[in-house]
Amino acid sequence: MRSVRQRLAGWGLVFGLLALAAVAGAPLIGSTRISLARAFDSAVPFADNVDAQIFFIARLPRVIAGAVVGACLAGAGVVLQALLRNPLATPFTLGVSAGAALGAVLAISLKLQLSLWGVSAVTGASFVGSIGAVAIVYALARARHRGFSTNVLLLAGVTLNSFFSAVILFVQYLSNPADTIQTLRWLMGDLGIASYTPILAALPMAAFAFVAFAWLPRALNLLSLDADAAASRGVNVVRVQQVAFFSSSVATGAAVALGGPIGFVGIIVPHLIRLLVGSDHRVVLPISALAGAAFLVACDVVARTAMAPVELPVGIVTAIIGGPFFLWLLIRKR
Amino acid sequence: MKRQVIAAILAAVAMAGFMAGSMAAAPPYPQRIISFVPSITEMLFLIGAGPRIVGVSSFDHFPADVEKLPRVGALIDPDLEKVLSLRPDLVITYGSQADLSAKLATAGIATFSYRHGSLAGIPETLRQMGSRLGLDQAAAAAASSLERDLNGVRDRVRGAKRPKTLIVIGREPRSLRSLNVSGGIGFLHDLADLAGADNVFADVARESLLVTTETILARAPELILELHYTEAPSAALVEAETKTWAPLSAVPAVRNNRVVLLFGEELVLPGPRVIETARVFAGAIHPELTQTPR
Repeated sequence: MRSVRQRLAGWGLVFGLLALAAVAGAPLIGSTRISLARAFDSAVPFADNVDAQIFFIARLPRVIAGAVVGACLAGAGVVLQALLRNPLATPFTLGVSAGAALGAVLAISLKLQLSLWGVSAVTGASFVGSIGAVAIVYALARARHRGFSTNVLLLAGVTLNSFFSAVILFVQYLSNPADTIQTLRWLMGDLGIASYTPILAALPMAAFAFVAFAWLPRALNLLSLDADAAASRGVNVVRVQQVAFFSSSVATGAAVALGGPIGFVGIIVPHLIRLLVGSDHRVVLPISALAGAAFLVACDVVARTAMAPVELPVGIVTAIIGGPFFLWLLIRKR
Repeated sequence: MKRQVIAAILAAVAMAGFMAGSMAAAPPYPQRIISFVPSITEMLFLIGAGPRIVGVSSFDHFPADVEKLPRVGALIDPDLEKVLSLRPDLVITYGSQADLSAKLATAGIATFSYRHGSLAGIPETLRQMGSRLGLDQAAAAAASSLERDLNGVRDRVRGAKRPKTLIVIGREPRSLRSLNVSGGIGFLHDLADLAGADNVFADVARESLLVTTETILARAPELILELHYTEAPSAALVEAETKTWAPLSAVPAVRNNRVVLLFGEELVLPGPRVIETARVFAGAIHPELTQTPR
């Protein structure tokens, strides 16, 4: 049996190269053939350089956004599955995405025309919505327990999901059909941000979440077996649960604000990686983040090229590619 | 026996004749109409059937007379009870409201099922409504007049250079996300075509499609027409929304300040007011031709 460090290094090399290849290769692929020489030719002013604008505005931001969102969702998925001790947990289980979706749907229906530091109202409102949902769920989980009840957390999250979904449907029902198309589009997930400012806004939150993720794996290993056993081995269980809850929520909030509620990444990637590398979170968490980045960037390439000039919502691609692939892996492994 | 048979046949013939007569004598033309389709409501008013309308959809705002009429819901939330309580003899529904039409059929209420279509479909629908309501002449006159006016716009821009045009029908405010544009079918594409523009997505056989900024950069429109179905906001907001396109400066329309935002609910209504939209489009597409001397 190789040590954790060796396994992490080995798999880290494989998936690090995969993520790197995805991020480096994806901007070269698109519905249009562009000349890289011209795109990087400084003799042509950027303002008139179609190839450069396709590369730097249409493609590169969405590739970077895809990597950030994919890493955040996969990482949050691993942490939440351990925290809730539930293999079916996803980054969206605790109501974060439904809160974000409600914020976005309200911003679209009310036609909020604001823009703050280059971030549009829809993006801002979805992040505010996710924070609201996190606050409600956390308050409920703390309310009647001295500690931190993961059962209440799970039930509160699931209930909040249904409640917010009902409010979203209500707003949709009252709004103009033209707005309904826009909200539906948002709910399907979209990385076509065509600007770097949303990434810059999401990056500090993603960084914060990953610093917390780096601190968690050893405790999550003990916690995912049994909370009492973890406590007897010196783990401050409540503190670990709080950090796990908040860091995964921040990662999810940043991801959803950036790309909408893109499904499947947060559940398929962690399980896929567990099938490959075992269940030690010291390996699973970082490798899942790398794999999530590579997977979402690859799915987005399919989304923007498969039916060009029509763009496919990336959330549909992740589900259609990810679902059957995961099932096949599940059957093969047994 | 023979006589009895003849008598029976005569009776049957008389009966059939009487029934046919009573059918013809029944009021053949609907007198209490409900419209779920705003563009058809406008057509009904135009051909003089306005007084027969007893209910309209929640999205009807034109002509002003509709504000006094009872509301019966809309595409996804039709209020069946309200509809029945108004005792209509004709309900105009969307083609996708098959469920509502079926329910109304069980209640013995006739329906006219409408589908959005091409620009040519608008005068066609006018004529259909006319024959359904016994207002053939008024409808034919309105339809011909609309066709004549539309042809007038077409003639005015004939021969002018047709700019490659992107018709945007929706996007996220203040960003270039969720870009919804007109494809090569539907009345908006037809209107732009008539007003002297070449739709850059004419090759896509869909009414609308979501596109990436990459495709827009690649298709290089010389004019961007952006339709907003709301009232025009302040000039500052219009300018801010126009500036949203600035990063795509390699697009000729952006580089040459040819991004035009148009406002008004009539822009997205395939009704008689398409002639106004056609003139607005022509003005935006060919400002050099359509400026009228004062």
